Amino acid sequence: MSAVTTGVVPGQSRERGDTRARAGDGEAAPLGPRARLLPALAAVYRAQLSRARIARIPLLFVATFQSVGIMILMRGVVDGGDAARAVVSGSSVLVVAFVALNLLAQYFGQLRAGGGLDHYATLPVPPAAVVLGAAGAYASFTVPGTAVTAVVGSVLFKLPLGHLWVLAAVIPLAGAALSGLGAALGLLAPRQELATLAGQLGMSAALLLGVLPASHMPAPVALARDLLPSTYGVEALARSFDAHPDWLLVAADLGVCAAVGVASLAAATWAFRRAAVR
Amino acid sequence: MRGLVKTYPAARARRGAPGTDAVKASNGIDLDIRRGEIFGLLGPNGAGKTTLVRQLTGLLRPDAGRVELLGHDLVRHPERAARLVGYLGQHSTALDELTVSLAAETTGRLRGLDLRTARAERDAVLEELGLTAIASRPLKKLSGGQRRLACFAAALVGDRPVLILDEPTTGMDPVARRAVWSAVDRRRAERGATVLLVTHNVIEAETVLDRVAVLESGRIIACDTPAGLKQLVGDEVRVDLVWRTEPPLDVPEVAALRDRATAAGRRWSLRLGPAEARAAVAAVTGGPAFAALDDFTLATPSLEDVYLALGGGRTEGLVKG
Repeated sequence: MSAVTTGVVPGQSRERGDTRARAGDGEAAPLGPRARLLPALAAVYRAQLSRARIARIPLLFVATFQSVGIMILMRGVVDGGDAARAVVSGSSVLVVAFVALNLLAQYFGQLRAGGGLDHYATLPVPPAAVVLGAAGAYASFTVPGTAVTAVVGSVLFKLPLGHLWVLAAVIPLAGAALSGLGAALGLLAPRQELATLAGQLGMSAALLLGVLPASHMPAPVALARDLLPSTYGVEALARSFDAHPDWLLVAADLGVCAAVGVASLAAATWAFRRAAVR
Repeated sequence: MRGLVKTYPAARARRGAPGTDAVKASNGIDLDIRRGEIFGLLGPNGAGKTTLVRQLTGLLRPDAGRVELLGHDLVRHPERAARLVGYLGQHSTALDELTVSLAAETTGRLRGLDLRTARAERDAVLEELGLTAIASRPLKKLSGGQRRLACFAAALVGDRPVLILDEPTTGMDPVARRAVWSAVDRRRAERGATVLLVTHNVIEAETVLDRVAVLESGRIIACDTPAGLKQLVGDEVRVDLVWRTEPPLDVPEVAALRDRATAAGRRWSLRLGPAEARAAVAAVTGGPAFAALDDFTLATPSLEDVYLALGGGRTEGLVKG
């Protein structure tokens, strides 16, 4: 047989392998192109978004109804002020936690258990593209639910709607932090059930520690609240309900989200690589 | 016979939780596959076929040994496998919730194609495999065979010089199977692609493969062309006898055959030399035994017989040297 034809498509970068075959074998075949980070990320993002559209719409309704339901319940207990802000912002960020943390942990757990990671691992794609693409898709999928919850809550508790644009920063940053956490949990959990469990627990923590006003918490619980990345999203959103929000503090809270997001997504990427090649 | 593709002596011990005995899923395997060849890996469940394939695709690191693919050392550079190999694994989890068309397109994009090329290749492959009509349906909603075909389509988008297909035709109807084999053939004929096929469907393997390696317990127990492998069982002929009810053991000829037959319900399978086979057929079709006979077939050995003779069906007690 003659030498293998090149598998390179015109217009793609073409790289020559640097290993030479042993004597008599001819030269090493050219390698196919590598998928670059951004196009691959875009492709994964798009695929995940379409997947989410098909499979996740009912769950998104559940997430939104859950948050709206909590606010309606809390209306009997809380009457305005700081507590009301905590309830509304906690419930809004809860939607992000539900989808980005819980569902993404489940997804990666399931992907890992079902051999689905092989598919990505046998494609020349940077692991970061897969993790970021999936995380981004899940985070964007929380946008409508979070916005609806925040608006309904503000109306319900008569909070000002003027600064809700801050959601445009809260959702992606809290989304990055929580989806990174979700992806890392899903990929690191030794079993699929544990990934699901971790995701559920994370979401419950975000629910309890985010929705309940912080002022009445005992010290260890308050510490746990400080450790949970969603807290900073909740705080940032809560601050924006002030008539004159302290934007510096809002930015600081969002900065924490961003830092946690970077760290957890990096951890998730590492976990992906580890899980894919055993 | 030039163009060595893979050299692979590996001894692999691991797999299985600590505490249980290590299983050598690949136990010193040496295998050369030539460029442009359709090569089959045959073997029973648990023979180590998938483990071997996972090492060839860079998913698993061998404990020892080397894997060389088209001049690239895959043990040292496992990430290169993805740029040389189009791989169809056994699972479709990653693609299940995508539509057929998006699954193919996304896979092409992740093979480094730009959007336009990925779409063009997607359309060409879906057309080639007759999937255009169901292109907009999610894989999850398809039947097992259609889903498998869609995954196969995804594996083909973004040309690769080597295709590794793990049981590609599982659950497919004959039309889909034919589409798969002609697509594989076309890639070999037009682009010189090398194809490694994992299967335990021996009959199918016989018709498409250039060479076959039979794997058992992590070892290659035979490797040759289908015709060459058949010579291993010599000129033996397979005789299948189906009895109406009980075999007439009172007929001496039938009683004599009994020890050499593998019985499965009312069916006896025998491997006999040509002369013996003639005598046996004469005995059961001529004398009193004929009344008890429902059906009989006489066939030259198939790859299945080879497989059984080599110990592929060890549980059946048909082991022969």
